[in-house]
Amino acid sequence: MKMLTFALRNAREIIRDPLNLGFGLGFPLVLILLLSAIQANVPVPLFEIAHLAPGIAVFGLSFMTLFSATLISRDRSSSLLQRLYTTPLTAVDFILGYALPIVPFSVAQGLICYGVAVLLGLPVSVNILVAVALIIPVSVLYIALGLLFGSILNDKQVGGVCGALLTNLSAWLSGTWFDLELVGGVFKKIAHALPFVHAVELERAALSGAYADILPHLLWVMGYALTALVIAVLLFLRQMKKQ
Amino acid sequence: MIAIKTENLTKRYGSLTAVDGLSLSIDEGELFSLLGVNGAGKTTTIKMLTCLSAPTSGDGYIMGKSITRDTQKVKSLIAVSPQETAVAKALSVRENLEFICGVHGFERARREHKIAELVRLMSLESIIERKAGKLSGGWQRRLSIAMALISEPQVLFLDEPTLGLDVIARSELWDIIRALKGKVTIILTTHYMEEAEALSDRIGIMRDGRLLVCDTAAGIRKMANTDSFEQAFVTIVKGAAR
Repeated sequence: MKMLTFALRNAREIIRDPLNLGFGLGFPLVLILLLSAIQANVPVPLFEIAHLAPGIAVFGLSFMTLFSATLISRDRSSSLLQRLYTTPLTAVDFILGYALPIVPFSVAQGLICYGVAVLLGLPVSVNILVAVALIIPVSVLYIALGLLFGSILNDKQVGGVCGALLTNLSAWLSGTWFDLELVGGVFKKIAHALPFVHAVELERAALSGAYADILPHLLWVMGYALTALVIAVLLFLRQMKKQ
Repeated sequence: MIAIKTENLTKRYGSLTAVDGLSLSIDEGELFSLLGVNGAGKTTTIKMLTCLSAPTSGDGYIMGKSITRDTQKVKSLIAVSPQETAVAKALSVRENLEFICGVHGFERARREHKIAELVRLMSLESIIERKAGKLSGGWQRRLSIAMALISEPQVLFLDEPTLGLDVIARSELWDIIRALKGKVTIILTTHYMEEAEALSDRIGIMRDGRLLVCDTAAGIRKMANTDSFEQAFVTIVKGAAR
């Protein structure tokens, strides 16, 4: 109950920020429409809607990191957290209260992304629901990164690290905008060592119905997600103690 | 009954001693002010008493509960209105109050009753549906104090409650604090001499982490042999520096 009250407050803070809605929902939609328009004029296999939509759905999650990190860092700087630390809320309440509201936002973003993809020609199938469901484990990675950065950075730094650096890294190293095979070498190795390309590949596997291909990518993503989550919780608890 | 007692309470950050062996006792229902210049140790003292920061040594007791061993129990007895206004800015005044009620686990009927009571006490009727982030500094402080009072604390900590407010807003907040006197034990930190003098039952003056004196405003004036409380403060603080 106490945790849900805190989660509700966090959800309201996120949804009432027009920048959040603009970037979180609008920007991925603009990209999918723009790249589909390019595809209509100059067909490129990479930008075929069944290939593009999973990449955009995962790219949109990097904004979830930005939302959660911004909220936490603002709370830390505004003394609201200091007040709440003197209430019966526990460390678990805080962590779940920050993390849980992002999950429905992530799912909603995935639904909208795939919904627009259907309007642009993606065949309707049950695979879309599987792909949307798999957004949840992927969102854990991005939520954990938000908790992690929000615990150590101020809101200006969050804007730079999550708003610029992470969104770009998440985009370049995901194989959404260009085929990693074309670059090859160290870049490709780095990309495959990180979770972003695996997140996109598992969404692509789900959408194409290649369910057997999901698990290896899912394990890769969950490995990073759990590691990030453990580090995030430790850092959050450390800043809580420092308060 | 004693509401707050500290025994040799000390906080060190590396080589800096922020609070140095603070020992004091505050009665239930008393309004006690901690007065001092920047870096005197007022906020650090509040942070230790509210379990936000662990003492390096010594201990403190809120209604008999140790701030080092019974932190959850202490948290259920206290409330804090921090130095910076601590409100959820995207939420309306009502939603902020509901939020804190929820955090304390109030059921619906108690929540409604408590919000109505605080809205009356703090005269928040005219701004109840407005977003907290759009309010003036004075209204935000009122809301902040209302949020602190929701849990019906036995001890209320007000850290620089009128800092940065204009004369009228400060006067209105003083009226609210006066109305709370006797109902709840209040620990108030402030830079303002006139605020401490006008509101407090007793005043503790701190410098460099040490409690220099602890008495009524009249007692402190008498001790410094002056009719001006401000002059008494200056004399005591400068005297400690020598």
